[in-house]
Amino acid sequence: MSGSANHPPLLREDGKRMDGRGFEDLRPVSIEARVLNDADGSALVVWGKNKILCGVFGPRECIPRHDESPYRAVLRCRYNMAPFCSLEEHGRSGPARRSQELSKVITECFENVVISESYPKSAIDVYIDVLQSDGGTRCASATAVSVALADAGIPMKDLVSAVAVGKVDGHLALDLSKEEDNFGESDNPIAIASRNNEILLYQMDGQLSRDEIDQAMSMAKIGAQKVHQLQADALRRVYERTDEGRRVPLELQPGEVRSH
Amino acid sequence: MEVQEQLKHQQLLQLLANGTRADGRGKLDYRPIQLVRNPLQNAEGSALCTIGKTQVICGVKIDLATPFPDRPSEGVLSTGAEFTPLGSHLFEPGPPKVEAIELARVTDRSIRSANMIDLPGLAIPGSAKVKAVYVDLWIADHDGNLFDAATLAAVAALADCRMPKVEADKVIRGEYEGKLPVGALPVSCTFGTVGRSHLLDPTLDEEKGLDGRFVLATTPDYVCAAQKTGWMGYTQKDIMEFVDISFKKGAELRSLIRKD
Repeated sequence: MSGSANHPPLLREDGKRMDGRGFEDLRPVSIEARVLNDADGSALVVWGKNKILCGVFGPRECIPRHDESPYRAVLRCRYNMAPFCSLEEHGRSGPARRSQELSKVITECFENVVISESYPKSAIDVYIDVLQSDGGTRCASATAVSVALADAGIPMKDLVSAVAVGKVDGHLALDLSKEEDNFGESDNPIAIASRNNEILLYQMDGQLSRDEIDQAMSMAKIGAQKVHQLQADALRRVYERTDEGRRVPLELQPGEVRSH
Repeated sequence: MEVQEQLKHQQLLQLLANGTRADGRGKLDYRPIQLVRNPLQNAEGSALCTIGKTQVICGVKIDLATPFPDRPSEGVLSTGAEFTPLGSHLFEPGPPKVEAIELARVTDRSIRSANMIDLPGLAIPGSAKVKAVYVDLWIADHDGNLFDAATLAAVAALADCRMPKVEADKVIRGEYEGKLPVGALPVSCTFGTVGRSHLLDPTLDEEKGLDGRFVLATTPDYVCAAQKTGWMGYTQKDIMEFVDISFKKGAELRSLIRKD
């Protein structure tokens, strides 16, 4: 069960994953909606060590005008990594190719979920900042976007929940950690609409058999249902708070808070 | 925009004639300040500073870099500010605008002039490489007085910053050897001027109606950075008044940052 010569071990002697999880366990996930003041809707998703902040503005005037549609609001999601988000070296500013691709697939994940026909000639801007990355940021981001859009009061057909399924030392495993993603045999980030189980984001790398692909999707559905519950709870909490205090402070799991 | 600025200006003057501000504060009162230590773990240092509704996150990364040719035996300090579009409807994606550059440069000057970071001490004996400290300011919510929030966040993040382990000209990620040594802690006080009145800690709403703004950064013993912005001219007496208040208020702000 120990790792091969060219990568660190991914499973323990007792068959569990290195962080003690079973193959169908998520990392600890916490979701808080309405953490920002100026954004129309916002969410903070802390997923394992991932910390994803999402802010939504709109529907608002579409600038530049040539982006607008006479039929619907245009949805523009921007995935961006803070230069301090990774344990590795300081990131360079400006959108990398990876960030642009993720912005595109996350946008497409929501294009048929947001009821954009109600707001022609306008734009809904969704900004995603990865403050801390730990593998699985695109799934945590799609999850955050869904909550922030709902918090902004933008009509949607459904909430979208996302989770990755991968293959670790021969076993399919839910919600890959960074090491499992880097050194595992396959990674499949999947986003699912909770009501009709439509798959709205699907990417895959590595190698899986026909049956493994089928099983991976089934596992993702179970994981997504758990995430959905956390999303719904976060949105419910906004309205359980009093009118003047619906926003909560941006708690990024602090060490110590000092106030003046 | 100019009409709005004029109206805000008149409103400020009217309120001040009655001896008050829109939120009921006195001229030299800060809004509630909260400083969260080490909210991020992948960064070597981090802090979240909240002043009223303004929220600034600071992440510090330490890497190895080639020193500047004119200072071959000194480490590198580099400060950036991101007006991330989720922070305000006024912020747009794209390269930093002049306000972001000014904020980063003023914060950088405060830290540099205070000798808070011992740059010669960041040289690595026997190596052509030096340690580089990257300070990145992330404006998560803009409700005015970014200078003071950014300086507090940056100084708190640096004061708690861990020093990554370096072996054979490589950073060993995730392993640390002690903390980044820090000297005097700079803090800044921002004065907004309308007519002949000076207001500490202006909100975004107040900033729109200001004639001028004066930022002063101090250590316990020295003034270490200043920046006058806006069209207004100041007298020597005005500036000396700011200096006196900055030393006094600065001591209060500094007490929020723990140096250990």
